[in-house]
Amino acid sequence: MDTEPAFFETNPKAGSVGQPLDRVDGRAKVTGQARYSAEFNSLPGLVHAVLKTSEVAKGRIQSIDTSAALKEPGVVAILTHQNLPQLAKTPNSPEGKKAIGAPMGFLPLTTDQVHYAGQPVAIVLANTLERAQHAAALVRVNIAAEKPLASYADPRAELFDPQKVQDGKTEGHTVRGNPKAAFAAAPVQLTHTYEHAINHHNPMEPGSTTAHWEAPDRVTVYESTQGVTRTQKALSAMLGLPTEQVRVVTKYLGGGFGCKGSTWPHTVLTVQAAKAVGRPVKLALTRPQMFTSMGHREDQTQTLKVGATKDGKLLALIHEKTSTTSPWDNYAEPNSRIINLLYNCPAFESTYQLARADVMTSTFMRAPGEAPGSFAIECSMDDLAYQLGIDPLEIRLRNYAEKDPSNGKPWSSKSLKQCYARGAELFGWRKRNPQAGATRDGRLLVGWGMATASYPVHNNQGTARVRLYADGHAVVQTGATDLGTGTYTVMTQVAADALWLTPDKIRFELGDTKLPTAPNSGGSVAAGTVSSSIYMAAQDVWQKLIKLATQDKKSPLYRAKAADVVVENGRMVLKANKAKGEDFATLMKRNETTDIEGTGNGKYGAGYESGLAAGPADSGHQDDMAGHSMHSFGVHFCEVKVDPDLGTVRVSRWVSVHAAGRILNAKTARSQIIGGSIFGIGNALMEGTFRDPNFSRYTNSNLADYHVPVCADIPDMTVEFIEEHDPYINAMGVKGIGEISMVGVSAAVANAVFHATGKRIRSLPITPDKVLETKKVQA
Amino acid sequence: MNNFSYTQAGSAKEATGIRKDKPQAAYIAGGTTLLDLMKANLEEHPLLVDINMLPFKGLEQTKDGLRIGALERMSDVGENALVKQQFPAISESLLLAASPQLRNMASIGGNILQRTRCGYFRDAAFPCNKRVPGSGCPAQQGDNHNLAILGVSEACIATSYPGDLSVALAAFDAVLTLENAKGKQRRVPITEFYLLPGKTPHIETVLEPGELIVSILVPAGAYTQRSTYLKVRERSSYAYALTSAAVGLDVQGGSIRSARVALGGVGAQPWRSREAEQILTGAPATEATFRAAAVAALRGAQPREHNRFKVELAQNTLVQALQKVAG
Repeated sequence: MDTEPAFFETNPKAGSVGQPLDRVDGRAKVTGQARYSAEFNSLPGLVHAVLKTSEVAKGRIQSIDTSAALKEPGVVAILTHQNLPQLAKTPNSPEGKKAIGAPMGFLPLTTDQVHYAGQPVAIVLANTLERAQHAAALVRVNIAAEKPLASYADPRAELFDPQKVQDGKTEGHTVRGNPKAAFAAAPVQLTHTYEHAINHHNPMEPGSTTAHWEAPDRVTVYESTQGVTRTQKALSAMLGLPTEQVRVVTKYLGGGFGCKGSTWPHTVLTVQAAKAVGRPVKLALTRPQMFTSMGHREDQTQTLKVGATKDGKLLALIHEKTSTTSPWDNYAEPNSRIINLLYNCPAFESTYQLARADVMTSTFMRAPGEAPGSFAIECSMDDLAYQLGIDPLEIRLRNYAEKDPSNGKPWSSKSLKQCYARGAELFGWRKRNPQAGATRDGRLLVGWGMATASYPVHNNQGTARVRLYADGHAVVQTGATDLGTGTYTVMTQVAADALWLTPDKIRFELGDTKLPTAPNSGGSVAAGTVSSSIYMAAQDVWQKLIKLATQDKKSPLYRAKAADVVVENGRMVLKANKAKGEDFATLMKRNETTDIEGTGNGKYGAGYESGLAAGPADSGHQDDMAGHSMHSFGVHFCEVKVDPDLGTVRVSRWVSVHAAGRILNAKTARSQIIGGSIFGIGNALMEGTFRDPNFSRYTNSNLADYHVPVCADIPDMTVEFIEEHDPYINAMGVKGIGEISMVGVSAAVANAVFHATGKRIRSLPITPDKVLETKKVQA
Repeated sequence: MNNFSYTQAGSAKEATGIRKDKPQAAYIAGGTTLLDLMKANLEEHPLLVDINMLPFKGLEQTKDGLRIGALERMSDVGENALVKQQFPAISESLLLAASPQLRNMASIGGNILQRTRCGYFRDAAFPCNKRVPGSGCPAQQGDNHNLAILGVSEACIATSYPGDLSVALAAFDAVLTLENAKGKQRRVPITEFYLLPGKTPHIETVLEPGELIVSILVPAGAYTQRSTYLKVRERSSYAYALTSAAVGLDVQGGSIRSARVALGGVGAQPWRSREAEQILTGAPATEATFRAAAVAALRGAQPREHNRFKVELAQNTLVQALQKVAG
């Protein structure tokens, strides 16, 4: 059933890392050959699943009447909490949740409890999708509803200190120095509160699962996931199967943005349903279900106190965040992390407060923590600049952190000053009118804003396998995922260079638990870890070849020491006499060796300077394991045009300059930064999901009413990278750019709106009502 | 979505005849609004009667103005040279609506009959007086950000018609020609076609069961050529109006001889403002006049918690539209 893509079409161009190679999977995608997880339709006896979900947010199921639905033609089964097969383990206890690695501590269809609107209460299976949909509409669910709580903003909400956030991964309370005293004594004090609407990831491809039990104790799951290994681990724990008896395949992903980073209930339920009916089952979430099935960025308020000297140097930062979480999880994105390290500041404190509401659990969404955190710190820096009459760029330079203020460690590399300088030059920042509200284009107000971006290089590791054939081709394998951002392409380039081949000779395979284990593609780790794994695997191949050569009497390198041999232009040669050596094909053919296989382990902290000395990687978020603090940095510059009467804000110019270690492909990297910036512009100007305060149910869960930017909202964008050689982060020196692209974006937009109008809007998204309202308040 | 049958009608008589026999059947033209509603189980029809074969086509200049067949597509009408030149507000209202794909499919008659985007109406899990009479209106205390502030009632605050075209048609006193099962035609001004919600928000128009929209006649006036449709929305394309204004002016020597004003996004129906027109007519074409007209247009507005901004925004939208056509 599994179809491997044909050899990808690539440009046979040597020295390809960094080159703007066209996507190797581009043709497969535009011709429909690329198969996504809901497209394995020829599995024998495939049935279609549709979820029946709860209309109310809180209550207990009294009864489910499936009689009418079961009479419909083509209906195979209807599964509820009363007849679904039991799992070996559920996440419904903290221990179970931890063992499984589930994103939420509650699995629907295990009890009669309803905890959120949109919670699955039945799975309807039929031989066509339409029949399953129709039957689902006929299922009658009787729920004894209770009045739900919708958010922390409800006066009935009880706030608590979770101690740790992000489900225990990140410390909630952090103190450095003596922030309260430092703030109280600061000559300049700012206290501002920032509000954020709920955001949903909304990848093009909905969450989808196709489950095929090939034997009673062996299942293959075609899954839209950012990590096949993590899904495999979760499913095998829940099903009580040995890990290797659960195979997870993700050949293509239509975007993830974090919502496909965990194993959500619909996936488990589909696998269970397939078991129950003894046939392959396919489920694709509907767009409305995407709003209640795979998490979201939580509704939140953050207050940032800034103490500074009169010349704009920071003395204290005190950050408090309040947000909504689900009945079972302590999830809050860690906004304070970036505030703690972005600028040199001797005193810092952060606290978190949560309120439980009858909602689905929130989860990581592109730059979790850094995106909203940067909004608070970067708007406040802008405030400080205007209040003190200092240029916004200059005030950032005055507070430039030469080492990581959060832990005192040196940066592995930091090229932020170069980013500032290049960005300012590209944008023409020095022509900025220092006066806010003073630049016009006809009746429109014109404003310029900027903001700093930063994102950590997260602790991670992965493995890859390289098989080099004597005929000059190679197969490169790792269980990584391509979110649609170009992993297939950039890893082909990395392998080509490491093997001294052209990219058209490389076949790169990913997205399958049968392949060597790779990390989740999340937290911007994939590019760095996977490329390093491949590079290391290629080195392993070369070492094996060198060993073969030095033991081969017919080789010019016979009896040479391995340490004296280097690889150049695909030839193994003596360091001291580069004329002496041979190419791998000659060596292998002579030895009747058809292929040589190598494996590699790409590790965080194992850069080309630090060798492989870095400690073992784990799933933690500490970014200081190798003695350095490792982050990418960048800057966004933005011009907006605001209609002062209509309140509309349009971005008219955009410049982003980032330094993120080695850039593997100039074209896909540029696209990634453009995509992240647009993602951030959506967050800044239009994205927001409204949860009804009385029903705790969304009122705009569709793409007509939940606005994401359209082409007409986005100007031509200028994106550049500062070349950066970071010898510490990993073997390839790659930091990753998936998330930094949106950090600081909303602040850059809000700062430009302030410059245009003289009005500070601290509530996202900045919609026309807020522009008009602010005008009134401040008039 | 329920199972349904599908049939094509070759004539208006055949179409209305089928509907007479099967009152739960629905007509389908472009289907861009009907299928959405059916997929969300908001409407159930055992039979769809395809009316695309009916001769309700054509777009021509008559001695009175412009006649548009109800089965013309939004894109064709919006891009028509005559419409662009003689009735720019109509062209703009069509081309600023939806997306190219939808405009290529959607018929003019279907556009006129599109239903509200109120989130409570669009999700059967919520109570909604428009969908289930007497069940309640959670929008009053909930998400009313994009709902109406004029002509609303305790039962319903939806912008019952969320689109654009009918706003321009209301400004220009367009008249709909309707045909019933007996083959009898009647004419209804668009300003009388939509009904205010009152206590019966589920009754949205005067269209009788089975009655078809045949065509739309837009009388020409000096103000139709000097007209515009201004739409304010949260993104630059593919979004419903927060507020909009269709205006036409006949200005001679700096003085307004006649004016037409309708607002979108703020009314329970496309909101013709004769109050604004009264102030404009005979007055100098100045910002002060436009501002006074805008205040008059929004007098009596009943905003809720999240749509208070619409009062000022609608006024500013109207002023800007008037400024644009006044030149």
